[in-house]
Parts: sequence; structure tokens; C-alpha cells
Amino acid sequence: MSSLTDDLIAVLGRDRVHDGVAHRSLYRKDASNMEGATSVVCLPRTTDEVRACVESANRHGVPFVARGSGTGLAGGAVPLDGEVVISLSRMTDIVSVDPVNRRAWVQPGVLNLDLSNQLQHLGVHFAPDPSSQQTCSIGGNVANNSGGPHCLAEGVTNAHVLAVKVVLPDGSVTVLGGDDPEPVGYDLRGVFVGSEGMLGIATEVCVKLTQNYPAVRTMLMDFADVSDGAATVSGIIAAGMVPAAIEMMDQLCLEAVEAYIHAGLPVESAAALLVEVVGLPHELEHQVERIVAIAHEHRVNDVRVAQDEAERQLLWKGRKSAFGAIANIEPDYYLHDTVVPRSKLPDVLEQIYEIARRHELQVLNVFHAGDGNLHPLLVYDARIPGTIERVHAAGREIVEASVAAGGALSGEHGIGLEKRDYMHLMFSDVDLAAQNALRCAFDPEMRANPGKVLPSPSSCAEINAIPKPEGAWI
Amino acid sequence: MDLTEFAEEVGAAGPVTIAGLATRGGPVDGVRTVMAPTGIEAFTPDEMTVRCGAGTPMEELDDALARHGQAVVIPPTGTVGGALAVGRSGLRRLGYGPMRDALLQARFVNAAGELVTAGGPTVKNVSGFDLCRLLVGSWGTLGFLAEVLLRTRPLSAFEQWFTSTADPDQLLRSLYRPTSVLWDGSHAWILLEGHRDDVLAQAAEHDLTPADPPAELPTGGRWSMPPSELASLVGRDGRFVAEMGVGIVHHERPAPAPTVDASIVELHRRIKARFDPTGRLNPGVDVLARS
Repeated sequence: MSSLTDDLIAVLGRDRVHDGVAHRSLYRKDASNMEGATSVVCLPRTTDEVRACVESANRHGVPFVARGSGTGLAGGAVPLDGEVVISLSRMTDIVSVDPVNRRAWVQPGVLNLDLSNQLQHLGVHFAPDPSSQQTCSIGGNVANNSGGPHCLAEGVTNAHVLAVKVVLPDGSVTVLGGDDPEPVGYDLRGVFVGSEGMLGIATEVCVKLTQNYPAVRTMLMDFADVSDGAATVSGIIAAGMVPAAIEMMDQLCLEAVEAYIHAGLPVESAAALLVEVVGLPHELEHQVERIVAIAHEHRVNDVRVAQDEAERQLLWKGRKSAFGAIANIEPDYYLHDTVVPRSKLPDVLEQIYEIARRHELQVLNVFHAGDGNLHPLLVYDARIPGTIERVHAAGREIVEASVAAGGALSGEHGIGLEKRDYMHLMFSDVDLAAQNALRCAFDPEMRANPGKVLPSPSSCAEINAIPKPEGAWI
Repeated sequence: MDLTEFAEEVGAAGPVTIAGLATRGGPVDGVRTVMAPTGIEAFTPDEMTVRCGAGTPMEELDDALARHGQAVVIPPTGTVGGALAVGRSGLRRLGYGPMRDALLQARFVNAAGELVTAGGPTVKNVSGFDLCRLLVGSWGTLGFLAEVLLRTRPLSAFEQWFTSTADPDQLLRSLYRPTSVLWDGSHAWILLEGHRDDVLAQAAEHDLTPADPPAELPTGGRWSMPPSELASLVGRDGRFVAEMGVGIVHHERPAPAPTVDASIVELHRRIKARFDPTGRLNPGVDVLARS
């Protein structure tokens, strides 16, 4: 019998199959600090080639891991034990665009920001805008149900995916969802989005495109007290407004970013909110007025309204360059991602500061305050013995505090490997068995990205054994 | 909300069906019937979420939310759970998005009579497989909704229907986020929402005439078409009103039978077998035959 690598070469040619040390080393990890091992990496260009890769892997009994740009932060694309890595990074075509009904079929390797840039002339964009949008791919966004600052008003990736052409774990090809609004049957599209590569591989995605905004107003508001900033967020939402984005940065973050980009940020303040309102002119003015009034009710220091597009870009650059800026503080960082109810933001932030203090770590907070999606950044120097252990211990406590406050394990990074063993914090055994039942319906042999999301042991064997009685439905 | 009584009622054996207010066809005939708990458990306007029993009438929910200037993207008849189980959005889908996105978390009773939690308690959540997506539109064949957490949205300050004889594709291209554009092959109805001055300015710019919404929609069939193909309805038999940009067609004639890929049929069979191995939940209901 030929080797798996030989089979893959027969399908893709020698230049798109890699089993050398350099490639295997590169593809054994993603943007998290976790790593595993892969036996071979392949780079298909078409749905048929993806199907052939999956079939080859199946013939040899080797599981596979689909990979986009590798920007994931939860280890979702890390091969655990010699899996075939199927990289979709060569599938970068925008296949078709319907500018009237605002949708497009695209291949999964198209980069998030490239899609919006290439369709700009049609007055549309792809709404989910993760901080990694220059490098992350649409396929990765689908796998992780990615978010971003502007998902406050527009919703996360699931709300922007109409259909997915997939190669299922058994190698069959089908379309989940559809270009029509009510395909019959279960919403398989809906469960596929966010399934972290465990239900199959997306090879073409029908994305919804969002009309560009006729007008934008961006404001920076700073507060002497974090809880005043958080109360402003709740106040805005309670008043019936959903701005395009509400982001928060705390003082340590403001200082780091200001030292990095010199945007005149309020470094003396405990927290700043970046609020963006979009829409038609009258609504826009009305909302800006009300938001400023609400901020004043909560003792805002200063409201800086971006006077032009250049200033607006500068304020957003401050928000989006936080991760670069922290390199000036410590060489390493660990970025967390949890969600809490908006009303719990001050309380949980206080707990996060306390946890960091207790573990002798610095923490910066820069996050999507509008939907309660926290991103505590623990900064540290990994060269100091014992530090990594403290980082992990603090991280676990932060996750526990968020869930205990009525929150969720992850808002947009996914579970992957990182939080797989935290799933019990949020779900009972019965809940997890139901999630596993879905996985096993798609992938009874557990071939697609095994070992992720569901805590081990999660096997399909036990429920594979359930007999199907005669006359059961369908 | 204590859901154990409901879970016990559903039980672990024997055929069982769930009833709401029978506005969408009602329960399966001749099978033991249960009803989901009712009542609003918690409405948190500053979180824009509401938690309620799945048996809560939509009218009751809409009234409670409207008192705080909010609403949910669920059509206003029957029960909350019934609307979710059927999964059909209302006429405002173009602007509000599909109703499926409103469900954040669900507690449901599975075929073994156990309470299962799906989704998460916050407006944003990507923790594990999102079974809420599977439940919306599942017609009670995978589990019975007991309690749901829904995302709410603010009611607009002003809304107005208009009519126009302009090309509906042109309206879709140039109007800023209309809530609904309906079209019967010759006339379009347009729903605009927002600040009154913005609505009137958009209407003036596009030469729209204030009007009532279409008096009645054809009820012979609910068609689901790619929206790019809606123009092909003109000149064919039967009166219709199409939701432009969406693809739902309210037609005098029954919808054409959908074609379903063999892989999709197989996935449905396996999902049903995993979630309800003995086929006891809403027996006889075939989600692939619904149209």
C-alpha cells in the first residue's frame, strides 16, 4: 500500500504536499502558545482537492485538521498527534458577488479585510472585524464564529453566513444552508459555524455583505473610575441605543498605547470608552447627543469627537494596536477572552485586578464593552522561572470569575484546546453529551480535528452503540 | 424557573407531543400532549435580554417588552417556543435579520426526559457547539423547548410604510437599510424605520408615497427562493408578494417541492437518531417534508 504522503502527492502534486521538518514544525501550532505534531501538510486549491485529501486521510486512518491563517488563539488548529493538516490558505477566490442582494460566495482562504477591501467599490463590507482581520481568513472566521468591535450592532459571523459548501468527515460534499432564506430541515449551517473544524471542512462560504454606513461619528470618552465607564455602557444600551461599537481600554492599556502611537490618549484616566455611532444624519446626531448626556451623568472627564477621518483612524489605531504596544512593557502576553453580563463589568474587572495582583502579574484590559466581551491581557516575561505557572493559574481564575458572574467561557476566540477542560464550568455532563451527539452525527469516526472543544473522554463509541429501532423517524 | 415538573411530564418513554396555541398547525394528533412552562422570568432592558418560559404567548412577551421600548425579532402570534420551533421569520427579516439569531440560550427537555442547556447566558458567546441553532426550526423533533433567553432590540422612534412603482432592485441598491421591501410584480411596499426626519428624507429622495402595508398576503404557499431569482416569478401563474432581498414568497400556489441532497437526508437521519433514538418526540413529524 502506498503511503499517505504518496497518495496526497498523487492528488496535489509534490509542490503542495509537505512532510519535511520545516513545514511540520510550522504547522504544529497556531497563534496560541500550544503545539502538537503533524505528519504531513497539504495545500488544496479546490473543493475536489479537499475532498481527495480527506479521502486519502480516511483511507490511511489518519485524522485531519483544517487550517486557515493560523491566527486562532485557542489552539483550535493545533494538530495533536500526527494529524494531516489541510491548509485552505491557497483557496483565495471570490467566486461570485450579488451586489443587489448583498452576498458573495468566497473560498475559505480569502482574508477577512481583503474581502471588504475588494468589495468596497460596491458600497459593502463583511461586518465581522476581528483584530486580526488583516491576516485571518473567512474560513477561520466560520470555524470560530469570530466577532470584532463592530459585531455589537451587526452580530458575529453566524449572522453573516448564509450557506457553506462543505466536505464532510466521510468525504462527501454538500451545501449546508442555502442562498434561499428557509432551506428545509435543521439549520445545519447554524451549527457548522463555530464548530471549530470538527464537523467538516468549509470549501466555499456564502457570506452576507453589509451596506456601508452613510455617516460615522467616533468619540473617545474618559473616566476617573472604571465603574463610571461601565455604567455609561449600560446606560447607553438601556436607553435603547445599539452603537456600532463600544470599546473600553483601562489605564495601563491607555499608557502603553499612548507611548506607542502618540494619539493624545487620556493616560491619567482609569478608563476610556471608544464609541462609534453610524447611520443616517438625524439619527446619528440624536444618538451622539444622548450618549454624551449619559456619559455626563456618569462623570465623564472629557468627550473627544473625531473631527475627521484621519482622527477617527488614529483613535481606532489606538484600540487595534494594543497588542503591539504591550511589547514595550514585557516580552510576552497571554490574551484571554470571556463574556459577562454588561452590568457585571465593574465587578468582574475589579476581580481581575485582584487576581493579577495576587499572582504578581500585570494585567491590561482592552475589550468589547458593549457586549460584555472581556479581553484581559496578562503581560509577563516567560524567562523568569515560575511565571508561566502563575499566568495559567491567574487565567483559570479569570475564566472562573467570568462564568460565576453569569458569563461565558469565550466570546469570540472559541474553545479549541485552551478551554476544552473548562467546559464543565458552563455545561453539565448532560449538556456536553448533547453537544457530542451533534459531533458524532457529523463525524462518528471522530476524524475531523479530534480532541478539541469537548472535554475528554468524549467518544462516539458509546452512543454509536445505541440501536435504532424499527420505524424510528426518517 | 423550575422546569423539573415539565421534564417529568415529558418523561423518558412513550410517544409525546408538545402543544402551544395551535397557531402553526398544533400538536401531533393522537399522542400524549404536554405544554411548556409560561411566564416571563427576567427581563433586563440594559442587557437587552429576556428569559421566559417557552409556552409564553408572544402577545404577552411583546407587551412586556414594549413597555420598555424593546421587542424581539419573532413573529407576533402563538407562543415563543412554537415560533422558535417552526423557525419562520416575519416580514421584517431584511432589516432585523432572521429570528434564529434571537435565541441566545435554551433549556430543553431531551428524549430521555433530562433538562439540557444549550447556548450561553450572554449576548455574545462561542462556547462549544451551539445547539440553539439546531433547535430553531426543528419542529420539536430533537427536544422540547422549556425556557429560552432571547436577545431583544430597541423599538424604533418612527416607522412608516410606503409604496413605489420603481424597480425593487433599484430600491434595494439605493435605500439605506429598509426594514422590508415587498413586491407583487408591479408595486413595491417599503418599510422604513428610524428618526422621523431620516425616514422622510429617504422617502422624498426615492419618490416613495406613504401607504398601508399590503392588505393581505397570499397564503397558498410559502416559497423560499434565492432572492436573485425573484424576478422570474413575473408572468408565471398566481398572485404573489415577495420579500425582496430575502427570498420568501407569499404565493397563491403551493411551494414547489424542495430537492434535498442525499448527504443532507443522511445527516438528518443521524441527528434524529442521536437525539431521539426511539423517535418519541413529535412522532411522524418529518422536518424535510415541511415547506
